Amino acid sequence: MEVGSKKALDIPSALGAVKDGDVIFFGGFGSNGNPSALIEGLSKTNLKNLTVVNNGGGSDDSGLGSLLESGAIAKIICSFPYERDSVIFRDLFQAGKIELELVPQGTLAERIRNAGAGLGGFLTKTGLGTEVAQGKQEIEVGGELYILEKPLRADVALLRADTVDTRGNLTYRGSARNFNPVMAMAARHTIVQASKEVALGETEPGVIVTPGIYVDQYVISGGGSI
Amino acid sequence: METVIAENLLLSREAMAKRVAQELQAGWVVNLGIGMPVLTTKYVGADQGVIVHSENGIIGMGPPPREGEEDDDVRNAGNEPTTLALGAALVHQADSFSLARGGRLNCAVLGGFQVSTSGDLANWRLPKNPTGNIGGAMDIASGANEVFAMMSHLTKQGEPKLVEELTYPVTTLACVTKIFTDIAVITVTGEGFVLEEVASGVGVEQVKACTAAPLLVSDALQDIPM
Repeated sequence: MEVGSKKALDIPSALGAVKDGDVIFFGGFGSNGNPSALIEGLSKTNLKNLTVVNNGGGSDDSGLGSLLESGAIAKIICSFPYERDSVIFRDLFQAGKIELELVPQGTLAERIRNAGAGLGGFLTKTGLGTEVAQGKQEIEVGGELYILEKPLRADVALLRADTVDTRGNLTYRGSARNFNPVMAMAARHTIVQASKEVALGETEPGVIVTPGIYVDQYVISGGGSI
Repeated sequence: METVIAENLLLSREAMAKRVAQELQAGWVVNLGIGMPVLTTKYVGADQGVIVHSENGIIGMGPPPREGEEDDDVRNAGNEPTTLALGAALVHQADSFSLARGGRLNCAVLGGFQVSTSGDLANWRLPKNPTGNIGGAMDIASGANEVFAMMSHLTKQGEPKLVEELTYPVTTLACVTKIFTDIAVITVTGEGFVLEEVASGVGVEQVKACTAAPLLVSDALQDIPM
């Protein structure tokens, strides 16, 4: 067996790594680059008290929508809670049944990147003078004021890729890359839904975006928009 | 002064997008926000020398695809199908926002709920709502060298959106340099709002009546070129 060799799993087996109370990254930007089959699989489990990190609050017809409706999610960390034609998140939030941590999108991506890069936080001007700055430390550097933002890590990442090889090396298609690469680096356990499995060595090393050392398990599923 | 302007004198969304497209200069990297701003991609000429950035990781976004030619994996910041222009590059979300914060955006075109005379922008939460969509607006508005607000001059309820001080929650302070509305083009200067262009058939006094802040009039005032 080659070093670091992995093999495709079925969705329920792959999701066996997720526990009650976990913080979970969902890759994607709306439906683009979203691990729809894994999230749908998650909505069939009886997991509870999850914290989900996702760019949006989930459209009603998505796996995240079903997961919200089932009551599995206690908290969501996102930049864009009210996705188009979405009422599930709105109703839960207004009824006080879900906690929201609203984060500007670039800050969200950078907090995740920081966690993966082993950094303790970063200074940004994003959010200065806004509600987002409330309760955060402001620090002056070189005469300029910044907000301190802290790293954001997860127990599990559910991600979407185009190709995966048996080491877990990933490539992405089009704009489906989005949050997936930084999330892969910042989760304790990363599960990938890829469209195609390729042989080790088949992908030109310079084209690989996420090295397989960040990937723990994968499933093969085309289904829907990548 | 009556603030109701005859419907047929208001610029359509498409006409506003055409006007904004004319403003984008060769060599510029420009972010186009979701909603009306992204319509501008339809009117940016392939030979105009403008590189359009989409927050979800596209540097070099093209116009919307022709019907039947959509690629599920190529989407804009509103998760709508888009295209990649010749020479496009794709990056992940943290790199996409590094570009924005790092000063590489010559300009960002964003929608607005309110703009103040000092260029403060509000576009993420209506005061009556408990939360709202920040998305990438705070990062992009604080990072771009110039911010153009593209919006109707009045709210649906007929309230002016150009104000002395924001009454809506802030997105970014002192960022807006120019405002493109359905009746006027206005620059934000150290002296306040300056009316540069007015829609054909709309009077200067009408624009003033629709603006809840002092409005200076440029010596070079002209009709919005169509």
